[in-house]
Order: sequence, then structure tokens, then C-alpha cells
Amino acid sequence: MDRYDTLIIGAGPAGLTAGIYLSRARQNVLILDSGSGGGQVTLTHAVANYPGTGETYGYKLASEMKKQAVGFGCEILTNQKIRSMELEADEKIIRTEKGDYSGKTVIVAAGGKPRTLGIDSEKKFQGTGISYCATCDGDFFTDEDIIVVGGGNSALEEAVSLTQYAKSVTIVHQFDHFQGYPHAIKAAEENSKISFMMESIVEDFLGEDTLTGVRVRNKKTNENIELNITGAFILIGYVPGSKPFSGVIELNGRDEIVTDEGMATNLKGVFAAGDIRQKKFRQITTAVSDGTIAALNAMEFMYGADPDKI
Amino acid sequence: MTLDTNLEHVTSASELNELISSNENVMVCCGRMGPMCVPVYDAMESLRDSGEYDSVVFKDMLFDHPEAAVIRNLPECATFRGLPFTIYYKNGKVAKATSSIQDEDQVTSILKEVY
Repeated sequence: MDRYDTLIIGAGPAGLTAGIYLSRARQNVLILDSGSGGGQVTLTHAVANYPGTGETYGYKLASEMKKQAVGFGCEILTNQKIRSMELEADEKIIRTEKGDYSGKTVIVAAGGKPRTLGIDSEKKFQGTGISYCATCDGDFFTDEDIIVVGGGNSALEEAVSLTQYAKSVTIVHQFDHFQGYPHAIKAAEENSKISFMMESIVEDFLGEDTLTGVRVRNKKTNENIELNITGAFILIGYVPGSKPFSGVIELNGRDEIVTDEGMATNLKGVFAAGDIRQKKFRQITTAVSDGTIAALNAMEFMYGADPDKI
Repeated sequence: MTLDTNLEHVTSASELNELISSNENVMVCCGRMGPMCVPVYDAMESLRDSGEYDSVVFKDMLFDHPEAAVIRNLPECATFRGLPFTIYYKNGKVAKATSSIQDEDQVTSILKEVY
């Protein structure tokens, strides 16, 4: 068993920030990530509102955070799938498929991942018509008819962006109103290439080798409509990566980890930070803030509130 | 745009042809520095650095480079509509090709299947 002061689950902005603070305070820190690390910021094309950096690529910001954490002495292990954990005792243990690790404190910063529709045919056409990134794949659909599924800011803004390429964009949204900001709604409504199917849900994606259509059901009338489209961009938000912690740490009805304002969970010495925890705003800056608070409170948990000991 | 990765880049069709004719196992990820591509590069770097796949040559190629037509126009990529295009060559031939994001587990699974 490899022993550390703090185990951090997740190498996104929240986890990396916690790692930077703790390792700079000469704590022995291990960050475990189920993927390649970097978090959802790596799935963001351009980041323009992170203070101090100017506009940058998401992957670059994540890469700099990783370098900074490693530079202060953080150990980062990627592709670590959690097998089991014991978080209630003083010595907290995380077992992954690749090793067993223990820590005096644990910070859960496992973030989230893009929400999928969960339709069988969705997986079939991923990469051959279905995409989760308009910036990446928009130009494959030049002069074609496509749909965007979703009604939040991402869906509305990406729909407008996709009109640069597509002949037409239909926004399919399950509610009778959008969740986006008024300016994003207005921009979509004023775009002549965009039409709307409200109170509608995607029932199935159609085609052989590539996507050629979609069946959409109107929730009010139950009427099914088939649209001939070659592309579908699914932008319906994110789900927290809290599944491994279900039944171990208290979650709310949306599967987010419940914390107090000090990022403490219901388990002593276990903190949560970033998009995985219950909160209203999910930004890189708020993740970084959470990571900082979690790290400082983890220090206080280990050494008490005396600043001379920290 | 250039590829800001820690992988070695393929910059021409002739270089790719030489690479696949002189190496039994070659994986090439053809993409941009975009959100769907970066995780694949990261997975490749991680697998290369793990030492478990020393028999595989891991490379990338910029999708928008004119010479990348050697990958863009592969018959195996004819239906692809998502970046990156990831090609697994075995003995100079395409053994497997995928479109869009793949995580390290998916890449590992294909490496085991193909090589």
C-alpha cells in the first residue's frame, strides 16, 4: 500500500488546484484520474474568461495546471478506475485496478462528463454523424441539414455557430422554454437558418453506415416526426462523476456530492471540490476556488487551525 | 495550427508510407488541437510512456495539412464525420480506424485487438 497525506480523485482544475496548494505546503499528494487528466476544461475549445491568461485553449490551461502541480511535487496517476474505497476510518483507502493507496485526507474532485441521450443508436453514429463538439466537427456538415439537441447556453450558442457551415439547424428541446441566457436565446431566434422543435425529444437516430435521419416525438401530442438530417450535436449538459461514491458519500437527488462551504462532506477528512459537488455555478474559476478551499481545510483537518503548523 | 503534443508528428505522405512500411505496428492520430482530439493524444502519450506497448509506434498528424489527405481520403474513413481520425496500421495496412474521441481504455482495447 502506498501512503500519502492526501489522495485527490480527479485531475481537473479543482483537483489540480488542491494538489498545487497541498504539495506547495510540502504535503505528500497523489492525484488519481480515471482518464488522462485535465478535466472538462480539456473539452473546451477556447477559454476567454479565466483571469490572467487572456484567451487560451482549454487543453493548454489544463496542461499548465498539471505542470504546476507536478512541479510542486504532486504525483499524478492516470487511467485509474476505482475498484473500492474505505473512507470512514482515519486511514482512508482507495483501491484502483492498478494499486492500493491510503491517505489521511481525501479530496474528491472527479468532475463530470457530457450527458448523453442514452439511446442505443446514439453510440452507433458517434463519429459518423453524432457529435458533442460543434467547434471540432462543424465543418463536416457544410451545406447539410442538422439538429442540435438541448436548450441551454451551450446548445443555443453552438447552434448559432453551426450556421456558419450547415444549410439548416433545428434545435430540438424537451421543454417549452430555453434555459439559456436571454442574449443567447435572442441570437438563436434571430438567425434565419435556425428553427425550433420545442417540447420534443429524440426517440431514435436513423441510418445504415452514417446518420441520415432522426425520429422526434412531440411530448404534448405524441406525434412522431422523421427529419432527414446528416448531423446531430448533443449538448444537454453534464452529469457528475459521482457513481463510484454512491452509498459511500452523501449525494443529493442530482447525484452531486453534498458539502458545506468548507467543502467538507458527511465523512470526516473527506472533502469534495469542483463540478462533482452540489452548487449553482460551474466554471473553471469556481472549480479552482473549491480546490483551494478543500486543500486548506484538508490541511486544517490534519494539523489543526494553528497557522504556524500549516 | 500546429500540433502542440508530446508525440512525434508525421508531416508528409511519404513519411507516413515509410513509417508503415518499416514498422509492423503504427498508430496515427490525425486531428487538430481540439477537445475531441486532445484526450486521444494524451492516451497515446500515456500508453507510449507506460512501456507496455514498445512494439507500437505512436504518431500524430495535423488534419488540415495538405499531406494529411493520405489519411483523410482512406476508404476506411469515408463515413467519418468527427475528429480525430485514428488509424491503426499493421504490416503497412489499415487494421482499424476510428472517428471522434476515444479514451485510454478504448484505445488500449483496440491495441490489444489489433496488435
